[in-house]
Amino acid sequence: MKGLPVLSLLLWMSSVFFVGLYLFVGGFLLVRLEVNRTSGCEDVLHPGQDPVDFCWARPRFRRAVLLIIDALKIDFARFDPNNTTPRPYQNKLPVLQETASSRPLQSRLYPFRADPPTTTMQRIKGFTTGSLPTFVDVGNNFASSAILEDNLIHQLGKEGKRVVFMGDDTWENLFPKKFHRSLPFPSFNVKDLHTVDNGILQHLYNTIIGDDWDVLVAHFLGVDHCGHRFGPDHPAMADKLTQMDGVIRSVMDRLQNDTLLVVMGDHGMTDSGDHGGESQKETDAAIFLYSPSPIFPGPPTQNEPDVVPQTDLVPTLALLLGVPIPYSSVGQVLLPLFPPHGQTEGAVRGLSQLEALWINAKQVNRFLETYSGMAKDIPPESLLQLKDQFSRLSSEYLSSVGEGRSPSQQLASSLQAYLTSVRDTCRSTWAQFNPLKMAAGLSILALACLMCFLLSELSVVLVREDDGGLKVLVVAALAAGVGVAAAQLLSQGYMELTWCLAAGAFSSELLFFWRARRLGSPAVSKNGTKGPKSGGWLTPRRLLIPPLLVPLLRCASLLSDSYVIAEGRVVTFLLFSLALYIPVHLNWDGLLLPPSHDPLKSAGLLPSPALSPSTVRKESSVLLSCLGLLVGSLYLSLSFHGCREEQGSCQPSAFLSPLSRFQDSQLKNIHYVLSVVSLGLWTYLLRRCLCHYGNLNSSGGAVFTARWVLPLLSVCLGLHWAVSATPEDSFRNLGELIRLAQLALPRAAFCLLGLGLALIWLDPLTVFVKTRAAASSRSSSLPPPRYRASTGISPQAELHHLIPQIYQRMRRSLDDGELSGGGEAGGRPMVEAYGLGSVYSAPLLLFWGLLGVGLLLLHPEGMALAFLLLLLEMGALLHIHASSSTLRGLHGACSGGFTVPWTPVVLWSLAATQFFHATGHLPTFPSIQWGAAFVGFPDGHTGTVLPASLVTLNTFASHILFAVGCPLLLFWPLVCEVRGGRGGRGCGEEGEDAVMEMRLRENPQQFSSALLQLSTRYLFIHGTQVFASVCAAAILRRHLMVWKVFAPKLMFEASGFLVSSIFLLIGVSLVLRVDLSVGRWFQRLIPESSR
Amino acid sequence: MWDHEIRAMASSHAIIAASVFMATVLPAVLLPGFSVYGSHLLWLYSVSGAVTAVSVAVFWLLGITPPTKKHTLGYKLSRLFRSCLYFFLSCLFFHTVVVLYGAPLIESALETFSLAVLLTSLTTLRCLCVLGPNVQAWIRVFSRHGAMSVWDTCLQITVACTVVGAWMGAFPIPLDWDRPWQVWPISCSLGAMIGFLTGLVAAPAWIHYHRKQLTYKCK
Ligand SMILES: [Zn+2]
Ligand SMILES: [Zn+2]
Repeated sequence: MKGLPVLSLLLWMSSVFFVGLYLFVGGFLLVRLEVNRTSGCEDVLHPGQDPVDFCWARPRFRRAVLLIIDALKIDFARFDPNNTTPRPYQNKLPVLQETASSRPLQSRLYPFRADPPTTTMQRIKGFTTGSLPTFVDVGNNFASSAILEDNLIHQLGKEGKRVVFMGDDTWENLFPKKFHRSLPFPSFNVKDLHTVDNGILQHLYNTIIGDDWDVLVAHFLGVDHCGHRFGPDHPAMADKLTQMDGVIRSVMDRLQNDTLLVVMGDHGMTDSGDHGGESQKETDAAIFLYSPSPIFPGPPTQNEPDVVPQTDLVPTLALLLGVPIPYSSVGQVLLPLFPPHGQTEGAVRGLSQLEALWINAKQVNRFLETYSGMAKDIPPESLLQLKDQFSRLSSEYLSSVGEGRSPSQQLASSLQAYLTSVRDTCRSTWAQFNPLKMAAGLSILALACLMCFLLSELSVVLVREDDGGLKVLVVAALAAGVGVAAAQLLSQGYMELTWCLAAGAFSSELLFFWRARRLGSPAVSKNGTKGPKSGGWLTPRRLLIPPLLVPLLRCASLLSDSYVIAEGRVVTFLLFSLALYIPVHLNWDGLLLPPSHDPLKSAGLLPSPALSPSTVRKESSVLLSCLGLLVGSLYLSLSFHGCREEQGSCQPSAFLSPLSRFQDSQLKNIHYVLSVVSLGLWTYLLRRCLCHYGNLNSSGGAVFTARWVLPLLSVCLGLHWAVSATPEDSFRNLGELIRLAQLALPRAAFCLLGLGLALIWLDPLTVFVKTRAAASSRSSSLPPPRYRASTGISPQAELHHLIPQIYQRMRRSLDDGELSGGGEAGGRPMVEAYGLGSVYSAPLLLFWGLLGVGLLLLHPEGMALAFLLLLLEMGALLHIHASSSTLRGLHGACSGGFTVPWTPVVLWSLAATQFFHATGHLPTFPSIQWGAAFVGFPDGHTGTVLPASLVTLNTFASHILFAVGCPLLLFWPLVCEVRGGRGGRGCGEEGEDAVMEMRLRENPQQFSSALLQLSTRYLFIHGTQVFASVCAAAILRRHLMVWKVFAPKLMFEASGFLVSSIFLLIGVSLVLRVDLSVGRWFQRLIPESSR
Repeated sequence: MWDHEIRAMASSHAIIAASVFMATVLPAVLLPGFSVYGSHLLWLYSVSGAVTAVSVAVFWLLGITPPTKKHTLGYKLSRLFRSCLYFFLSCLFFHTVVVLYGAPLIESALETFSLAVLLTSLTTLRCLCVLGPNVQAWIRVFSRHGAMSVWDTCLQITVACTVVGAWMGAFPIPLDWDRPWQVWPISCSLGAMIGFLTGLVAAPAWIHYHRKQLTYKCK
């Protein structure tokens, strides 16, 4: 068979998709330009016209302590004395509320609202630069890199303040070499509750007492990690918060009068302890301000802000500490901290409210001017409005200051309004779409979808002709790309890679369509004999069939946020509908039931059935029972879904939380046993299937894997679960051993997995050959079998006939119990081959199963049940497909052609999406299971590639499994063919026995075209889904839900497509690899047997 | 030659459709506080009951029901009993299918069952009327060459329309519009009912326009 053309066509196809996606994403995802200017003391913002360098003025506070308690939600900080039965996270930080109410002049507690994305690094960036993060930065949490924008730490350092830092090492990556002294502790391991906090506590008090610092930043991670590991509603959270209460008290006791204490959280957490999104539970942290000396002009008044936006911290701290406000800050000073106008001569000196607001407004205006000069993304009309507002305010302010009269209170509130509207403008417009790139990406994707469809329809023709076609396409693409690059270089002096790629993809697509038109017409006339096909491929009659209607509905559903939110349910609904359609459609064609003996048959109106009624009945019952299995596993899989924050009254599946979170030990044991049983069943079913088709007899690499590596891997996994579920403090003396096992077991599993996959790749044959020398002498005396009757046949012909014989022998001897086949049966063949009939599917199945266990390793333990359901559903789908094609074979459709119809392919790809949800994943960023990065690496990573790929493998596990297993759809009807052959003599051709997958070997041309068709159909369905979500993102880019629903969905869909196509290629190339080694095996066999 | 049958079919369908309307309108006039959204269960049962009664009466009067071989009272009773049993089993079947489609299992079991009753009275009951309590015949009818009379074709069309209507009725449920008709199972029952009415209209029309192509083998 022609392997290379198939593979290269697929590769080219998917790379065109990638280029389209790359272009669109490049134009769609928001990028905020960083202003690389810094504020300084010389660019005077001081009130009045006369230049006064305010860095030299004495600041309000000489020193400040910034205690950041990661994920300190406002709910944690509040204290309700009436609550007699507090949850573990309630009423554990009494110090904040206590101080705020007993010493109102010295302290305040506010909710502190973060801007999404609420990931720690993004937040640190936000509250040190005072700007708003963009969507693109979300992914950088793994690869924190230094902040280049002007920020508070930089300003403090420039003014000679000694900044001492301790805690979360993210800071060290963000501000390299900016600290006077720094004590970073590793933050990546979310399971570690104490390392960072204890590290800080060892040094914190000594440092505060000492005089070696001006600003002290301490970032505690325990609360956040406790949330990630146990959730907020867990006794460990109570312990952690109580500890933090003590820390705050001790720090307050040690403070001096000129020091400001800020206790704050960087974000909140959801009820499951995660964060990253923009629900109020995630954004609302707490901020607590305190100083031993009075800092507030009076007790809380009406004008107190309800909520303090996180951006406001930067200008406030900067002015209180006497440093310039960082250049790109869009925050607003926190007014209650500044004395009203005219009261500045009191106990503490400093800027009055109005002065602070004026400085702030001037700085924001300057930033706005600079930014609008660099980028054009802020709408000009709102920019003009803001400018007008500012010039009006500034003239009013300057005139009143010049005249020496105290400005009105009205002015302060107008300044405040100005600052607020600047921030709101920035927040709403910091979205810089590139419409040209988006349009180009969209059109390339649309053409790619169409091309994929044509490719699947033309696969027969395309495979028949040479590889030359693809070469022309690639050459055209390269030429166009280079041409555009040259033109860009000549005209602009630099080149942009995206446009070269776009030109390449576009030109090759157009060329393909031109060739397809030419190829299409003869193809149609050749297929014209097949009746309805003659109408061309794009007639509505051929397109509006239910199996294509279902993906259409699925794509349409991606355009609505409600449907995206309910995606798991929607996909299950569609999958179920399409599965029910199969028997209904079969019945409509009169194929589901054996034809009743009515007068029609005798009248010759219907062709006499090739399958006996009993076979039909058997196949139908297999089909219906598999449908039952499918429906059952679909229904059960609904209970493994996670919950989006938008789904109000949703309870995430109990199987989603790792076993170590369970507090009830009995429940924990039940879950563990369930998981281990399903893992065992997974392994058993796979081995049973391989054994059933005689693929476990030989001694090759693949069989070794099936026999030893797979069970060993499962054992490893079971032990790993057991070890990771044991509570740390229960076996104190074994602690060291447990830690070692936590490291070693998953790593051993990884090694075994690698070994198994490599062995399957190197030696994929699962055929066991038995040569019988003794029997050969007798063979001459027996009448030669029918199919060897002709003499003088070529080796090629011999090959064709030998296979059935080998296979038949194998089946018979297996049925007889292997050893009994001595006498009569031993006569004919000289060679017996076991497992030849499933030679292609066996290694693929094994590869698939091994990969499945490997992916399960990256999931929480409870997901083993979901994976078992996945296996069952996959088996059910395969059997439904096989039975329905056997039943369809009634009407003489047996004649060659291994075409896999649309229905099973659509079911297959819908199942991939369905199990994405049923393994607890959701297309949202907070739902990414970061825990996968620590399997086998409990101490974190040094690089970013490994954890990122582990998390990717975890997230797209079901996409991977269904993509790798896709070629099984081609093989399964052939594998199951034997049942039909046994029961009632094959499909039609009486003489030839079931030869299963050897049919493929006999028709290499059809094999490769069918493989190409299957893969392109699978790619097409995924490709249209990507296209639909791209359309959704493009059309609804100003939708309220775009950053919450559509953009994450697009990212997940695009990455899912990427992963799917890569693993589809892996699956296809494994099939080609098997084909290669089967070919070699025959070459070795033929000379032997023809002797 | 079918003009007579088509006319009979059209008039019977008109009666059944009228019964659906009456079952919706009459309680609204007679009962205080009755509305399609507010007391949807009552509405469902009133429609189901009306359709059941009217269909049975109409088909009995028209004499479509296959003639019984024996005319003993015992046989007729057993037939009646089997019909009732099938009716009930079909309710259970529809209930199961709807639950598998994603309806809540426990919380609104009564609502789901009411939908199942409605679906049964719109589809299975017609099968019972046209074909008698004979599942084999039911399955046979729903194949390309299975229809043996105009009434069989009509059955195919109405049942398909009803089921597709109920299926499409599930589409608006996930939308966040917060409309009263999105409440389970109103949209599905509305869909089924609209599908059924469409089927009632479409079946005679379709048969009328395709009467040249339709050829039935005699039974
Ligand atoms: Zn954080
Ligand atoms: Zn966190």
